[in-house]
Amino acid sequence: MLDGFSAEMLARVQFAFTVSFHIIFPAFSIGLASYLAVLNGLYLRTRNETYLVLFNYWKKIFAVAFGMGVVSGIVMAYQFGTNWSVFSDRAGPVIGPLMAYEVLSAFFLEAGFLGIMLFGRKRVGDGLHMLATAMVAIGTLISATWILSVNSWMQTPAGFSINEVGQFIPEDWWAIVFNPSFPYRLVHMVLAAYLTTALVVGAVGALHLLRDRQDMPSRKMFSMAMWMLMVVTPLQIVAGDFHGINTLKYQPQKVMAMEGHYDSYEGGAPLILFGIPNEAEKKIEYKVEIPKLSSLILKHDLNADLPGLDTIPDEDEPPVTLIFFSFRIMVGLGFAMLGLGLWAAWMRWRGRLYDAPMLYRASVLMGPMGFVAVLAGWITTEVGRQPFTVYGLMRTSESLSPIAAPAVATSLVAFIIVYFFVFGAGTFYILRMMNARVKVVSEQSLRNEAPTRTAGITPAQQRRAQEED
Amino acid sequence: MFGLELSFIWAGIIAFAVLVYVILDGFDLGVGLLFPLTDDEKERNVMMNSVAPIWDGNETWLVLGGGGLFAVFPLAYAVVMPALYVPITLMLLGLVFRGVAFEYRWRTTRWKGVWDMAFFGGSFVAAMCQGIALGALVQGIEIEGRAYAGGWWDWLTPFSILTGVAVTTGYALLGATWLNMKLEGRIQTHMRSLAWPFALATVGFMAAVSLWTPFLDAVYFERWFSWPTALYSSFVPFLVALCIAGLFYGLKRGRDVMPFMSALGMFVLGFIGIGISFYPHMVPPGLTIADAAAPDSSLAFALVGTVVLVPIILAYTAYAYWVFRGKIDPDEGYH
Ligand code: HDD
Ligand code: HEM
Ligand code: HEM
Repeated sequence: MLDGFSAEMLARVQFAFTVSFHIIFPAFSIGLASYLAVLNGLYLRTRNETYLVLFNYWKKIFAVAFGMGVVSGIVMAYQFGTNWSVFSDRAGPVIGPLMAYEVLSAFFLEAGFLGIMLFGRKRVGDGLHMLATAMVAIGTLISATWILSVNSWMQTPAGFSINEVGQFIPEDWWAIVFNPSFPYRLVHMVLAAYLTTALVVGAVGALHLLRDRQDMPSRKMFSMAMWMLMVVTPLQIVAGDFHGINTLKYQPQKVMAMEGHYDSYEGGAPLILFGIPNEAEKKIEYKVEIPKLSSLILKHDLNADLPGLDTIPDEDEPPVTLIFFSFRIMVGLGFAMLGLGLWAAWMRWRGRLYDAPMLYRASVLMGPMGFVAVLAGWITTEVGRQPFTVYGLMRTSESLSPIAAPAVATSLVAFIIVYFFVFGAGTFYILRMMNARVKVVSEQSLRNEAPTRTAGITPAQQRRAQEED
Repeated sequence: MFGLELSFIWAGIIAFAVLVYVILDGFDLGVGLLFPLTDDEKERNVMMNSVAPIWDGNETWLVLGGGGLFAVFPLAYAVVMPALYVPITLMLLGLVFRGVAFEYRWRTTRWKGVWDMAFFGGSFVAAMCQGIALGALVQGIEIEGRAYAGGWWDWLTPFSILTGVAVTTGYALLGATWLNMKLEGRIQTHMRSLAWPFALATVGFMAAVSLWTPFLDAVYFERWFSWPTALYSSFVPFLVALCIAGLFYGLKRGRDVMPFMSALGMFVLGFIGIGISFYPHMVPPGLTIADAAAPDSSLAFALVGTVVLVPIILAYTAYAYWVFRGKIDPDEGYH
């Protein structure tokens, strides 16, 4: 079935496939962990039951999403060795310790306190339970920090030398961790996770408001999500702009591909809004462009020169089509999110936030778009780094394990089947939980005792959980 | 000189992480292995609940083992992972099934049986693959230059199958003795009765592996049978015998804690035994600890964090175990 492909191509597809599945869960669990900590804190401060109801509702969803994040992440941690062993040998001395720090400072923290957060409120009391919830949220953020430092180092390597066997040798850890693209990538990704979560929470709130506009918990979550959207989307757009300017400095060919600039421009480059790249003839067909705007955005000068891909040797060029489109999808969705946030703000100002069926429908539609934007963003970033794994220094074709193509093909097929089956089922369960009425779920949990046990510790609760199905 | 010491400290830390992993996740995979041996719904519920709050923490030690190897012995990581491509990939897939079962199982009635089987199947595949990986490593891995030089089925030999079965049986024993410790009444009695055959089988397999290993490699043989090294290494079989005695005595007397602790002791000693055979190699027969180590700047940087963070991790892990301590009452649940 996969006979025509080289081991390199198969390993790349496998990495792209598994990491794309993985990133979906962190994008949600980073935001949701923080949201849960906020809900629990608000409940403890105000003792308003609505917050507790929401906490219990989202906690169950979080547990499933987090579980999927953990198992897909463990696959990633081993895949560097199985498929990219030459890369591991050579880049390991630099990125390995960063990933070890991620395990030590983040994964253990999340895993150690997760049990208490999910099952332990009664056992440890409100205060320690709050601490555990905060620790899980902080753990997800620490994890993002380290792994993005790793990824950023591969994009903009710094602080190393190369030894006689070709290994990257760390010289200056500060320069490695805080490499030039890291701060931008960290801010952009964490905001992306918060936006993704806000869109999901908003969509669930909107879905329930469409059915019952009086429902307090649904109102609360919808309102919180819309505040978040209104504040964070503009920040994200600004952060994305800074990120792009930084990329222009360190990875110019990536920006050329994003912009679709096959040719160099003197005296002001146009912004290509849309078009279809023709890779063979190296030009953009059917393009719609605004003169000089690209120079204004990237150089803050209408008449600045911008070199194009014609200045880059062919063997160093990233594939343009994918990058060109994925970048436009991300930016387009960013502006759609901004639109939704502004619409909600306007309705709120007019006092009609809880009587806005069109807004609710739009929110439901936008619910999954955070995930789409995150994937589009990562595709832009990673494909834009090609044909290198360590930008400018180590090629993807030199990074591969000495593994026969049939082995990689077989494992790829196995991953595809298993992931679609397992994560498909998980997504179905999550959607079903989101579809369940907040009131019903929360009454069950309140009747019982304060927190629900996500995995149902008591047989009595298990029976009740089964009745829900 | 200093560099040499750092790499040996790190070999010790990695060995410690793997050992903690085997001790912690062993019983928790073992619980999964025992799932098909009961078809009582309630029994399965409490079995799973006995590990639900802690399994994620247990599995993180596996991530530390792999991630730590990547960080401080990148060459060993780069050689071992391709050599064990198939068992590692299967183990990962097994862990996927098993990990999601903890949550999915409570989210459905119709498919509950499916996720129960996923929990068992995932645990079984993961346990077998870990044992096979161990056996393949003990057998030795072919290296040329800085890369693995063998084929993708080299790991599959009668010896590695034996170690796979041995580790799986041992995990089942850990699981049964853990449940014997955590449960009460009828279920406890059932688990104790299951522990007996696994205990006998584990002792048998451990003996078989121990007798076979020295004949795989002359170096191993010398460690165990030549004078005076044999004098130092003989404390291992002696202590193993003590643990075995403790295990059977504890099971016979219906003790709660003793069988579990004795079974853990057997694993710790088995691990030390392998360490004695391996030293000073990282990946036998060709790659030593010193060869495989990352440069000093990597080792030192990672060590600072490890020295500070591992004690903290151990402290809050212990705290989490303490929060969920004691017997699980199947009828009242535990709060
Ligand atoms: C921006 C954030 C981010 C990114 C880019 C990645 N991850 Fe991730 N990862 C997380 C954020 C995260 C998280 C939020 O911390 C997770 C999600 C759910 C969880 O348990 O923690 C996680 C889980 C997770 C786990 C399981 C941890 C456990 O046992 O608890 C591993 C081993 C990895 N990841 C490894 C990786 C690797 C090797 C990646 C790169 C290829 C990667 N992650 C990309
Ligand atoms: C988590 C979000 C991520 C996504 C969605 C993602 C996506 C991708 C994609 C689509 C590719 C294939 C590119 C191509 O072959 O053209 C790729 C390759 C790769 N990425 Fe990422 N990536 C992510 C994070 C990371 C991180 C954090 C690292 C480093 C730790 C990383 C390291 C790599 C490596 C080593 C490859 C190898 C092969 C290659 O360059 O083709 N990626 N990734
Ligand atoms: C609307 C304005 C936006 C702009 C101008 C923008 C800009 C950028 C740029 C230039 C990159 C690539 C950087 C590089 O690889 O060097 C990027 C990556 C990325 N974007 Fe955006 N972005 C925008 C909106 C969004 C939104 C709304 C999301 C998600 C909700 C998002 C998520 C991501 C992610 C996950 C990445 C990959 C990780 C990274 O490199 O930071 N972006 N963005």
